[in-house]
Amino acid sequence: MKMLWVLALKEIRDGLRNRWIAAAIILLGALALALSLLGSAPTGSVKASDLDITVISLSSLSVYLIPLIALMLSFDSLVGEFERGTMMLLLTYPVARWQVIMGKFLGHVSILFIAIAAGYGGAIIIMTVFSGGSLDGWQAYVAMMMSSIVLGAVFIALGYLVSVLVKERATAAGTAIGLWLVFVVIYDLLLFGALLLDKDQLINQQLFSVLMLISPTDSYRIFNLSLFEGVSNAAGIAGIASEAGMSAALLLGVMSLWIVAPLLMTLVIFQRREL
Amino acid sequence: MVNLKSASEVISLQSVHKAYANETVLHDINLSIQSGECIVLVGHNGAGKTSLIKMMLGLTRPTSGSIEVLGRAPAFSAIVAQRLALGYLPESVAFYEAMTGHEVLSFYAQLKGSSKAECKKLLDLVGLGDAAKRRVGTYSKGMRQRLGLAQAMLGNPQLLFLDEPTTGLDPVLRQHFYELIDDLQKEGATSIISSHALHEVESRASRFVILKKGIVVACGTLDELYQQAVLPVRVKVSVTPGEASRVVERMGSAASITDVNNQSFHLSCLMDEKMSLIRHISSLGDVVQDMQIMPPRLDELYSHFMNGDGPS
Repeated sequence: MKMLWVLALKEIRDGLRNRWIAAAIILLGALALALSLLGSAPTGSVKASDLDITVISLSSLSVYLIPLIALMLSFDSLVGEFERGTMMLLLTYPVARWQVIMGKFLGHVSILFIAIAAGYGGAIIIMTVFSGGSLDGWQAYVAMMMSSIVLGAVFIALGYLVSVLVKERATAAGTAIGLWLVFVVIYDLLLFGALLLDKDQLINQQLFSVLMLISPTDSYRIFNLSLFEGVSNAAGIAGIASEAGMSAALLLGVMSLWIVAPLLMTLVIFQRREL
Repeated sequence: MVNLKSASEVISLQSVHKAYANETVLHDINLSIQSGECIVLVGHNGAGKTSLIKMMLGLTRPTSGSIEVLGRAPAFSAIVAQRLALGYLPESVAFYEAMTGHEVLSFYAQLKGSSKAECKKLLDLVGLGDAAKRRVGTYSKGMRQRLGLAQAMLGNPQLLFLDEPTTGLDPVLRQHFYELIDDLQKEGATSIISSHALHEVESRASRFVILKKGIVVACGTLDELYQQAVLPVRVKVSVTPGEASRVVERMGSAASITDVNNQSFHLSCLMDEKMSLIRHISSLGDVVQDMQIMPPRLDELYSHFMNGDGPS
């Protein structure tokens, strides 16, 4: 365990050193602040608290932004060390290969945690202190922060898989962008396209739920938009998650699988890799 | 050189073969290294020196054959603690550029369980005490190499692998560098050094391993190699001016004679003919004014093995 922290702290220090963490905090904080200011504008008609509105808009944007941040953190972390030659030296030290991967993972998730906690958390504190907004529905907001970290962890793990598979950093960068497009844009487009073309109704509700569920980004959306009553009322999709039999545990479970599977594959490939 | 009391085998390779997709980089390597030895790997670029070192470090595994380091197969992460006893300085060492020298060294020290005090001591030892707070990105080649040596020395390793350790160092630094290695050696460390600069390591090496295209063409102490190579000894004989050709005639066909001029000529003969030849020359009397014996040099030995006329 001590080894893991030594390796993780190195990544965190790198993140602080190259202003990565600072940039992410500012980006996420500014976004959350802007959206919660916008969220204060609509009133009355749907009887949503300001925070619920913020959760809707912020999670809709996070689903694009968090994967991007996570991939940027991780795509380089293995192939970069292979290329520079630092990995070779590291592996002659008394660390196991799984410790190298898990140490990096711990470090990168911590960076994301710091960025999200400070960015999103800071924004909401600023809002309540300075504009006197209510904290009703804070549970949904905290749940959004937590699930954002989980979503980020998914893409950190996917980034490692890319990083261990490719031979050059440039390829890793390209592949990471492709991965982001697929998970965040293309998959949903294909799904809705198929639904539109599906005149014979081959895709029933159950199949559709499954198709939604297997995508980590869609799981994240459903988790944030439909699990809390206030939010789902405001989003106009009240109750669809429970109707489709999706519980918070199931949704988080799916996302966890998306963390574990790429990490395991990365470990297996890395374990066999010759330097 | 080898301390007999504690001499034991620390590395053993048996018919080790290493091939990548389309080329063989190491071919049938058999090698046994005893503790306390200083092995120097010699060979052209691409002869397999680095491949051999990486395999001993467990970064790669042999395609066939067996390898044992400190009694265990080193490949991959099988026994992590075994690597506590290893120190490695890679060829053109790379570090995390954004960290300071001190941070880099203490990162590695933590992984090896070494103390902060040891870090500081090593930084001072390699002369980086003043630059410790600077980012490694700003270091010169020589400073990186010294930082590389410092990290290799963490935790007093039993086995020290140095891949081309002195490339890019100026002569003064080289000297200092080898003094540091000598100190470790005195404490009983075994070192495996790959090098082009033969004259630097000549006096340190307990044995040379000469590699050529992945094959060990020669292995042994310097004396053994000279014996194997059967290189000629050259003798320069100076005689009274004008007498050279007459003396050459009197030499007969005992040795091959070259470079005859007015007052000197060169002779070359095999090592075991040397003494009789010298006796013969001294029997010639006063005409012989001086005699210089030139034993074969290290680079002649090297090119002998590298040019393919050695046993393979």
